[in-house]
Amino acid sequence: MKARDLTDLALRNLREAILRNALTTLGIAVGVASLVAMLSLGVGLQQLASKRLSQSGLFDTIFVTPKNSFRGMGRPKPRDSEPDKPPRPLDEGARKQLETLPNVIEVYPQIRFFTEVRFNNKPYATVVAGMPDSSRNSGAFDGMQGSFFSSTSADEAILQIEFAKDLSEKPASLVGQDLILRYAERQTNPVADGGDVSSAAGGFSVVPKELKLRIIGIVETEPAAGYGGYGNARLLIPLQTATTLRAAQVNDLRDIVRGDTSDKLTYSSLSVRAKSPSQVEALEASIKNMGFNAFSLLDASKSLRTFFSVFDLLLGIFGSLALAVATLGIINTLVMAILERRREIGVLKALGAADSDVQQLFFVEAGVMGFLGGIFGVTFGWLLGRAITFGTNVYLKRQNLNPIDLSSVPWWLVISALVFAVLVSLGAGLYPASRAAKLNPVDALRYE
Amino acid sequence: MADTLPSIQLDHVSRHYHMGETSVRAVDDVSLSIARGEFLALLGSSGSGKSTLLNLIAGLDRPTAGSIVADGADLAALPPLQLARYRRNTVGMIFQSFNLLPRMTLEENVELPLRLAEVEHGERAGRVREALERVQLTHRIGHRPPQLSGGEQQRVAIARALANRPKILLADEPTGNLDSATGEAILNLLRDVQSQLAMTVVMVTHERPLAERFADRLATMGDGKLLATSPAPKVVAQ
Repeated sequence: MKARDLTDLALRNLREAILRNALTTLGIAVGVASLVAMLSLGVGLQQLASKRLSQSGLFDTIFVTPKNSFRGMGRPKPRDSEPDKPPRPLDEGARKQLETLPNVIEVYPQIRFFTEVRFNNKPYATVVAGMPDSSRNSGAFDGMQGSFFSSTSADEAILQIEFAKDLSEKPASLVGQDLILRYAERQTNPVADGGDVSSAAGGFSVVPKELKLRIIGIVETEPAAGYGGYGNARLLIPLQTATTLRAAQVNDLRDIVRGDTSDKLTYSSLSVRAKSPSQVEALEASIKNMGFNAFSLLDASKSLRTFFSVFDLLLGIFGSLALAVATLGIINTLVMAILERRREIGVLKALGAADSDVQQLFFVEAGVMGFLGGIFGVTFGWLLGRAITFGTNVYLKRQNLNPIDLSSVPWWLVISALVFAVLVSLGAGLYPASRAAKLNPVDALRYE
Repeated sequence: MADTLPSIQLDHVSRHYHMGETSVRAVDDVSLSIARGEFLALLGSSGSGKSTLLNLIAGLDRPTAGSIVADGADLAALPPLQLARYRRNTVGMIFQSFNLLPRMTLEENVELPLRLAEVEHGERAGRVREALERVQLTHRIGHRPPQLSGGEQQRVAIARALANRPKILLADEPTGNLDSATGEAILNLLRDVQSQLAMTVVMVTHERPLAERFADRLATMGDGKLLATSPAPKVVAQ
């Protein structure tokens, strides 16, 4: 029989016992809905975690520090370290050399320093971070109030929402207002004759300075969070502005203790951004070969992906249980249909239907129920996910927390769920279809 | 009048069943030759094996012994798919209880064998109309079987059997569920169709008077055996 006739007959048969077939289809829909809802939560949580981490720019970034600079107090030196050789400084020359490495987009210094902000004549202590212009597109500033820096050297500031709440009960009203940044500028002292590092000669002076900044935006994420060494920065300024301030940083103290009193600019750490996370591993190895410490969160992201794969698998298994029950419903419906349509099957065979025609007819009926159940199931599953997200956000709002998108139904999930529903239904139709095909036409015609 | 070349040739055909430990000889060593264009009536009491023999000729069942050659095909040797094709294209069948599909219209019922035979969609409407015209039911084309009388339903069954233009028409007690006048009308129709289309007709019946009036030859069965074959009295008279 032609496919068109087969489908036409199958749809006609399904319409004949519409209540029973609709209930069976609903059973499949519930099964698919539970599967889709479970997986959409898994995918949503994974995307949420990945988005938060990627917004921090950690997955494609390698943090470079001079050797030994992060060894904690009391920790022994590594065995392979060279005690007599001074570590290679992380200076402008090193930065330019890092820029020449393959697959590097940019290299910028991590500039963070403690500061006191004066706003409405009140002091607020916080950490300032210089943000490269490329962070504009990282996604971390998506949905911010106000705008990103107008130029790379503008005297402008973006506040992290928590800091903005410290400054004002109405954070949004801060945009357009000015604040005073008080910081410690590093000024190099002239080196005395003899260069005795134990004396007060040489080194640098720390001079208090002020800079007026215009607040141009408020961001809810934490773009400068994560691996920075000195806590999360809550006041963000353009990187070039931060560089020209020559604010004293933690590594300045380290340098003066070591006797490095030169006026040469060194960085406490540099961020090297790779073109994609897949190139981070090779790049990290190259940087280590250059004599620096290199660190990335690639391993952490791998663990995260493994965790979510297992999590999705478990959710999928639980979701599939309802679909397994629905499968029994399909088998039951089709077996009942064979009993009811026994005589009709006999007539079809007497008119020349081959066993395969009868088998295909039952298969198409099962497939149609699976397909329709799949469509309804995906829709119900999506609605269920939205309902869970809605409920969660109502709860989060009561807790004064930001709303989140807990569930996600990507296209691959929609198509996979539909294909899965049809395959499961066809599998369930195997036995009834084979039984119908094997019916003896003489017995079937005799059946009342 | 009947052609001399056999349309159906049965040689020592048997169909035995096993019911527990008992062996039932539904058809037992039957040999019979049915000519092209012949109208043969299979007579016998209930359980004589006439319907079983008709099912064997229809390709709905297979003999346990012997051979059945219909329109040149050895049915016992045909693989299942070709046997289905034989049922589709070579034979048309009508039943005592009509066996129309009640949820389908007359048009859809008659179209069913055309669907199975994969006749082109554009050709179907004409073939359905032609078959319904032959049984004079075109005006009821959109009705469903339960809206029709018994005689009309049997006429639809005949139209359905004719849709694929078969060479052999098999009728299993076609008047069994009809009153005598309607039954006679149906047999008149069968006779007309047979003569117009030069078809071979094999009809199972237990009504000897009707068989004698309409058939060319009578074959009488009893206990699964072919007891006798004889020309119908009208043929003898001619």
